Amino acid sequence: MNQMTNSPMIELRNVSKWYGQFQVLTDCSTQVSKGEVIVVCGPSGSGKSTLIKCVNGLEAFQQGEVIVKGISVGDPKTALPKLRAHVGMVFQHFELFPHMTITDNLCIGQIKVLGRSKDEAQQKAAKLLDRVGLKAQAHKHPGQLSGGQQQRVAIARALCMDPICMLFDEPTSALDPEMINEVLDVMVELAKEGMTMMCVSHEMGFARKVAHRVIFMDQGRIVEDATKEDFFGTPRSERAQLFLSKILSH
Amino acid sequence: MHGDFDFSVLADSLPFLWTGLQFTLKLTIVAMLGGIALGTLLALARLSPFAMLAKAASWYVNIMRSIPLVMVILWFFLVIPLLTGQPMGAENSALVTFTLFEAAFYCEIMRAGIQSVARGQVAAGYALGFTYSQNMRLVILPQAFRNMVPVLLTQTIVLFQDTSLVYAIGAKDLLKAAEVAGKNYNRPVEMVIFAAVIYFVVCYSLSFVVKRLQQRYAIKR
Repeated sequence: MNQMTNSPMIELRNVSKWYGQFQVLTDCSTQVSKGEVIVVCGPSGSGKSTLIKCVNGLEAFQQGEVIVKGISVGDPKTALPKLRAHVGMVFQHFELFPHMTITDNLCIGQIKVLGRSKDEAQQKAAKLLDRVGLKAQAHKHPGQLSGGQQQRVAIARALCMDPICMLFDEPTSALDPEMINEVLDVMVELAKEGMTMMCVSHEMGFARKVAHRVIFMDQGRIVEDATKEDFFGTPRSERAQLFLSKILSH
Repeated sequence: MHGDFDFSVLADSLPFLWTGLQFTLKLTIVAMLGGIALGTLLALARLSPFAMLAKAASWYVNIMRSIPLVMVILWFFLVIPLLTGQPMGAENSALVTFTLFEAAFYCEIMRAGIQSVARGQVAAGYALGFTYSQNMRLVILPQAFRNMVPVLLTQTIVLFQDTSLVYAIGAKDLLKAAEVAGKNYNRPVEMVIFAAVIYFVVCYSLSFVVKRLQQRYAIKR
């Protein structure tokens, strides 16, 4: 484990991205080591989601480098499907496939991408569904589940692929308040098991509990990249202080 | 009595009319299945990032949609034998023509269907590690198709009615059979009215199915 700390799991080097004339990311650099949990926060439109989507190549970027376990994401020669198969992603709006049952949602990637047999995939799916507490829903369609349940299925779907790291893009912001905790509980458990995680989230309670570092973004820049203790104790930037005072005040 | 209707001749001519209806149904089903398959490929081409491919597909669709169907039917009937060097018969010519013509219309429906699938779904498929073609086959097209079932069926109703245009090249469909039977029994009006009733019944039942499907999908959303 210790020798891994020298080569980070995820590395962003001076990543910049434009939509036409508009620059959405400016010179973003950071590293995520194996087993590290990073929370990315910041006001809306600050580029958090765009940044995290650059990690698995869902968003292209024009400058800089993103390296995941030694593989350059921006290199046109990189087989992105192969890389993405091992980088789990959870979306704000769950994005389960509505035309498939829960079990099929969990199996399809394993069978079609990893080449597992149907039996093997179903066993794995059952195990992970049980883990997120949704064994009884296996035969249902996503539309029959609550938001919180759907998001837990989405996490299980990503875990079925045995990911080397997990990306979370505002996993709780589309949920009703009473469903947020059931999703956060699954995420906390994952973090405690040593999963490498990069989470775009405004859940500061979650950040305090399990994050190792917090990244604060504003207007496409990484304004603050600090350990959890430093970030909540003495954020250096004025912008981060203001943001924290606003979201922690109530 | 001169001028009175006499539908008693219908019973005798039913087997003959049935052969005509069989061809009409065959033409509809072949053109629907072939047209949806070819139309889906055209839609993928139109949406592809390869400009040449997109342009070619777009030209095909626009040309087909801008020419009256009767002209296309005639044109294919006359031109294909010139190209292949052998006559292919009115029926086969009609099957090929309708498939190619309807593909242009089904293409536009499938294109709208593909674009109706949420971008998040596309992203989720890629995030799982699907390639472009896997994502299309497993995630996007199944949803596009479901979203478009009522529209695809509506187009098929139009197609069913349009099959009567093969009279232009003398293919023996329901209308042609009714015309021939009308001449044989000297009861042309009765025969054409009967054919019209069959067209009406088939189309009306299909629109009823479309309506039901639309309601079902409307609730699901």
